[in-house]
Amino acid sequence: MEHTRSFRFFNRGPSPVVRLIFFVSLSMLLLFVDARYKYLESARSLLSILVYPLQRLVAVPATLWHQADTYFTFQSNLVSDNAQLRQQHEVDAAQLRQLQVLQAENQHLRQLLAVQQYADYPMQVAEIVYTERDIFKRKLFIDKGAQANVLAGQVVMDDSGIVGQVTRVYPWLSEVTLVTDKDHAVPVQVLRNGLRAVVFGSGDTSELALRYIPISSDIQEGDVLVTSGIDGTYPPGLQVARVSRIERDPAYPFSRILCIPLAGVDRQRQLLILSGLPKLPKRNEALVEAFPDKPKRGGRRKP
Amino acid sequence: MSTSFPKDQEFLLPASNTFIMLSLFAAMLLNWLPWHGIWLALRPDFVALVLLYWCIHKPYRIGIGIAWIMGILADVADASMFGQHALAYTVLAFGCIVLYRRIQMLDLRLQMLQIYPVLLLAYVAYAAVHWQLHGYVAWEYFLGSVVSVLLWVPLTLLLQAIPRSRSDPDKL
Repeated sequence: MEHTRSFRFFNRGPSPVVRLIFFVSLSMLLLFVDARYKYLESARSLLSILVYPLQRLVAVPATLWHQADTYFTFQSNLVSDNAQLRQQHEVDAAQLRQLQVLQAENQHLRQLLAVQQYADYPMQVAEIVYTERDIFKRKLFIDKGAQANVLAGQVVMDDSGIVGQVTRVYPWLSEVTLVTDKDHAVPVQVLRNGLRAVVFGSGDTSELALRYIPISSDIQEGDVLVTSGIDGTYPPGLQVARVSRIERDPAYPFSRILCIPLAGVDRQRQLLILSGLPKLPKRNEALVEAFPDKPKRGGRRKP
Repeated sequence: MSTSFPKDQEFLLPASNTFIMLSLFAAMLLNWLPWHGIWLALRPDFVALVLLYWCIHKPYRIGIGIAWIMGILADVADASMFGQHALAYTVLAFGCIVLYRRIQMLDLRLQMLQIYPVLLLAYVAYAAVHWQLHGYVAWEYFLGSVVSVLLWVPLTLLLQAIPRSRSDPDKL
């Protein structure tokens, strides 16, 4: 009698081991479904609606600090900045004029060659909400999402080059995988001589690696890499990185080449999302036919 | 390090459900602060710590189920795979449920030594999932577990002090 009473008194549902097995298998199941089939994106965006306001709330002190910091700048700083910007503006204006001439010439040549135009892409400006919170990943979140017609797979850049690619879209937020994310690949060309290659992220914010380049290839320190557009994900001609170090060891078939990303992958606050690249597939096919032996894929996750 | 309260009284101090939930919520907000660079590597996992505290001190109220739910929320916030944090926190909570009687007996410094393996197990679970899915592990991630365990003493004292300060005026 006593035994049964105490037993009922301490009855607290299933034992810890049973619970452990249940929840571990539930987690495993979720992991499997999420990793393999991507069925859970709607559940994730639903939960993100709950989480998103709180995350913005937590980011408020940092934003306020930034704003206060910019508000309390000294007048002398402003004056010198202003002078510098004016100077920069004149230099830029001169260069812009040259660019316009070159653009006109280029357009003319293209028309002559009957090559499809691919210069203008619609862009939208987005602001970084916060950067990666997981040490394993090089990711950041920007404040434009499905409500602003952002799609997964779109390219994100700043004024000086490629920053990354949109990999996941939430209602008001989207996740950008940086080019420096481990094994994120971008197909590139060396600007100087047109050598095609693929540049990989190294998992470090300030480094990219150019793999599978034979020792004998013509590549030098300081070479600028631009996207080749072969993959159909990244539009051609955007700057990606500059070669910073080359190690040619005859013991290995490939040379070890490190590059520095040109875009402020870890510096900017405003970024541009390139949208509407529908012209590319046609051009892409033509290119693939012309050079069938070249690397084909760039972005890891395509929409 | 140990407080002047006798230990068996210490653990009988009441803790309301709202206080437990608020502490978990605050830990979550701390985790969501914009940590960056080396601070991200050194960031203690506040949610894991607070879960540890409640699993040890109130094992019948905060258990594996709540740990799992916190893990799912963390997964959404971190954009990690669904179930990654959940798995880690489940393992963590189970470790506590198994060990809580022993840990409650010990003095705070010794508790740290008992807790570290449990915490490390959760970290390893998280890293192992990442390794399975992506094929590599960032070793500096484990620095966070050391910082977390160092925070155990201040956190315990804090979580014990808050309800006590509230109940003191009633006694007087």
